[in-house]
Amino acid sequence: MTPDLILFLALALLAVATAVAMLASRSAVYSALFLVLNLVTVAILYLLLNAAFIAMVQVTVYAGAIMVLFLFVIMLLGSQQAAVGPDLPWQRTVSLVLGAALVALMGYVLLAGSRGTLLTATALLEGFGSPQSVGRVLFSEYMVPFEAVSTLLLAAMVGAIVLTRDERTEGR
Amino acid sequence: MNIPTNYVVALSAVLFTLGVVGVLIRRNAIIAFMSVELMLNAANLAFIAFARAQQQVSGHVFVFFVIAVAAAEVAVGLALIVTIFKAKHSIDVDQVSSLKG
Repeated sequence: MTPDLILFLALALLAVATAVAMLASRSAVYSALFLVLNLVTVAILYLLLNAAFIAMVQVTVYAGAIMVLFLFVIMLLGSQQAAVGPDLPWQRTVSLVLGAALVALMGYVLLAGSRGTLLTATALLEGFGSPQSVGRVLFSEYMVPFEAVSTLLLAAMVGAIVLTRDERTEGR
Repeated sequence: MNIPTNYVVALSAVLFTLGVVGVLIRRNAIIAFMSVELMLNAANLAFIAFARAQQQVSGHVFVFFVIAVAAAEVAVGLALIVTIFKAKHSIDVDQVSSLKG
């Protein structure tokens, strides 16, 4: 066992544990905070996988902006009080069986497919995954999708404002 | 760092499954929505693992796009949840069943 592998296994265990805690906790605020912890753990995994730029984007956009939006809405709605009906009688059993089936299927595909050369780690190029290398590809090969994404973000912003606008003040 | 790609993809599969179970098991719309984020995150992890195995920076660019689209999705989705809460005073996913024609 190399130190890298031990670090990876510890982070993987933490990621799975926080994901399970997110699903199990009764309070929506605790769920959101466990998800933040999960996202930060995955960001550290990105650092281990030579993706420094993506790790920073993950922390600032996901763990920062998106989760703050989630927490803001949870606290705005006061969903602690908002009662959610009882579970359907078969819901939990069926969900766990379907989940086990899915993970078994993906595990089978992974084991069956890993005999090829695709999954062997090779020596990395100099500066792979650095902000410079990602930026060079992003602003040359993927220039048009990049502009499309900026338009999409603008559309989402307008959509959020239109959806939550108060109907009563519309006439003023 | 010398981590086998298989292990990372296996972790990604487990996290994705936890997200699927979360959507199925919880009736709180916000928690179900957070489980969708967990699934997107698991897919991103697989992208990064394969980008490293294939020495392609394009994988990182795709993860960047996925995160940007997730941000847009969260903005609209949470606005919808707020609107439904204002109309129904509940965020139980069953409340949305009245939308069917």
